[in-house]
Amino acid sequence: MSETLTLDSAPSTSAPAPRTAAHRRAVRQRRLNWIAVHSLGIAAALFFLLPFVFLFLTSLMSDDQSLSANLWPQHWVWSNYVNVFKVPGFTDWWKNSIEYSVLGTVLTVLSSIPAAYALAKFRFPGRRAAMMAVISMMMLPPQVIIVPMYLLWTNQLHLTGTIWPLVIPMAFGDAFSIFLLRQFLLTIPKEYLDAAKVDGCGEFTTLRRVVLPMIKPAVSAVALFQFFYCWNDFFGPQIYLAQNPDAWTVSYGLQTFHSAHHTDWNLTMAATLLVMAPVIIVFFFAQKAFIEGVTLTGVKG
Amino acid sequence: MSSTTAETGPSPTPSRARAGKPPVAPALRRKHRRELRVALAFLSPWLIGFAVFFAYPLISTVYFSFMHYDGYNPPSFVGTKNWTYILTENPYFWTAMRNTLWLVVVMVTLRVIFGLGIGTLITKIKTGAGFFRTAFYLPYLAPPVAATIGFAFLLNPGTGPVNHLLGKLGLPQPGWFNDPNWSKPSLVLLALWGIGDLMVIFMAALLDVPTEQYEAASLDGAGPFQRFRYVTLPNIMPIIMFAVVTGVIQTLQYYTQAMVAGQVASGTLSGSGQNYFPGYPGGSTWTVPQLVYNLGFQSNDDIGAACVVSLVLFVLAMAFTSLLMRRRAGLMGDD
Repeated sequence: MSETLTLDSAPSTSAPAPRTAAHRRAVRQRRLNWIAVHSLGIAAALFFLLPFVFLFLTSLMSDDQSLSANLWPQHWVWSNYVNVFKVPGFTDWWKNSIEYSVLGTVLTVLSSIPAAYALAKFRFPGRRAAMMAVISMMMLPPQVIIVPMYLLWTNQLHLTGTIWPLVIPMAFGDAFSIFLLRQFLLTIPKEYLDAAKVDGCGEFTTLRRVVLPMIKPAVSAVALFQFFYCWNDFFGPQIYLAQNPDAWTVSYGLQTFHSAHHTDWNLTMAATLLVMAPVIIVFFFAQKAFIEGVTLTGVKG
Repeated sequence: MSSTTAETGPSPTPSRARAGKPPVAPALRRKHRRELRVALAFLSPWLIGFAVFFAYPLISTVYFSFMHYDGYNPPSFVGTKNWTYILTENPYFWTAMRNTLWLVVVMVTLRVIFGLGIGTLITKIKTGAGFFRTAFYLPYLAPPVAATIGFAFLLNPGTGPVNHLLGKLGLPQPGWFNDPNWSKPSLVLLALWGIGDLMVIFMAALLDVPTEQYEAASLDGAGPFQRFRYVTLPNIMPIIMFAVVTGVIQTLQYYTQAMVAGQVASGTLSGSGQNYFPGYPGGSTWTVPQLVYNLGFQSNDDIGAACVVSLVLFVLAMAFTSLLMRRRAGLMGDD
C-alpha cells in the first residue's frame, strides 16, 4: 500500500486531485458499484425479457413440440405466423380492433381537448366541482355502472353486438384524457392566451392556433394511451361483443384461442405475440411522448 | 370579439375579485359571465357524457339494487333483499372480497417496493441506460390478455418453461395458476412483470430530488441507507402516496388477468358460450368485479344483486379517490 502511494502521488501535476490512497479506494469503490449496478440491471433485464423470448421460441415450434417441455424449436416453423391467420375469425378480429382503436382514439382526442382547456384556463363557478367529477369518473371502476349501461345499449338502443357501445361514449370526453391534458395546459402561461386575444382571436381560434401547437406532446400522449386502452380492452368487448363472434376484437378473441385450439400452444403464442406487436411498434415510434405522458400523470401538482 | 377591452383591464387576480368583494366592476362581471358561457360551450360534450355515462347509470344502479330484475320481466321492488342476499347468503361475495383485499395489500405493496427498486436501479445505470430502460418498460405495454395467456403458458405446471428450468435446478415446481395457494402469487408475479408505469414515475421523482441535499448529507457523514432514509424518502413521499392510492384503485378493478388466467389454466372453452365460471382454482381468483359480471351477465341474470356488488365497489373506489383529492396528493393541480 505505502509503496504504491509514493509511486503514484509523485508525478501528478496535471491531475487536479492528488492520487492518494483514499482516491484509489474511491475509484475501486466506483468500479465495484458499476459492476454491482450493471449485474443487477442484467438480472432484471432477464426477468423482463425472457418471457418474450420463450413465447417467441414456442411460437416457432411444430404442433407436437409445442406440447412438450422443450425450450428450443427443433425446426423453425415460420409458417405458424401465416397459418394463424387461417384460424376462423382471426382476420376479422384485427379489422374490428383497428376500427375500435382508431375511432376511439380520434373521438377521445377531439372531445377531450376543449373540456380540458375550459377546466385549465377559464375561471367560472363550479370549476372545482367539475374537476372533482372528472377525477371521480377517472377512478370509477367500469363494473360499477356496467349493468344499467348494458341495459341502455341493449334494450333502448339495440346496439349490443357492435362496437358502437364501446366507441360512442368516447365522443363525449374521456375523464383520464381530460385530466392529463389539463395538467399539461396548466403549465402554459396565461400571457400566451392573452396575447392571442389582444390580436383579436376568439376562444376557439386561440385554442386551435395558439394552444394546440403548444400541447402537442400531451395530445400525442393522450392519443397513445387511448389507442392502447382500446386495443387492450377486454371487459368492454366481453360485455358488448361476446354474443357476436364476428364483432370480436383481437384482445377478446385471443382468450378463446387456447381453449378452442388447445392442442396448439405454438399458434396461440404466435397470436399472442402478434397482438402485442402493434402496441410495441407504436411505442417505439412514439417513446418520448409516451414516457412524458406517464410522468405527467404522476408527478404534476 | 370584443374581449380585448375586458382582457386588458385590471386583472392581476380575477378569481379572487369574484370571490369576496361585492362591488365588482361591470366590465369584469361581463367578462366572468362571458367566460362561464364559453366554458359551458367547451365543456358541453363532456357534460352530456357525465350525465349519460356516469350520473344516470349510477343512479340507476342504486335503483336496481332495491329491485328484483332478471332483465326480461319488469323490475319489482324488494327492499333490502338484494343487500342481505349479497352480504349474508351469496357464496362468493366474501371470498371475492377477501381475494380483492389480499390483492390490494400484497400486490400494491410489492409493486410499489419493486417499482421503487427498479426506478432507483435505472437512475444508477450509466452504460446502456437506453437499452435497460426500454427492456424494463416493455412488459408494461403487453396487452393484459396477451400477457396473461403468455404467463399461463410459461407457468404451466407440466410443460411450461419455468417449471422445466426449476426442475433442472432441482428446485420445487409449484402448480402456479393451477394451485389455489399459488394462483394469487402468480398474478402478483405478472403484475411485477408489468412494473413499467411505476418505474417511470419513480425515476422522474428520484431525478427531481435536489443533489445538494445528497451532498449535504454526505458531508454530514450519512451512508447510503441514511441518505435514502433522510433525503430520498421525504422527497419522494408524495409520489409514493400517489402510487399507493392509484394502485389500490386499480387493484379494486382487477378483472381481466384473474379472469383470463383462471380460464386458460382451467382449460375451459369460453367466448360466446361464456362457460368459464370465475375463481379457478378453488375460488382463489374470485375478485369483486368478476362477481358483478357473474351475477349480472353470466349465470343467473340477478341484476339487483349485481348492482349491490357494484355499489360496494363504488364506495370502496370513492373512499380512496377522496384520499387522492386531498391537497397532498396534488391531483387537483393549482387550485
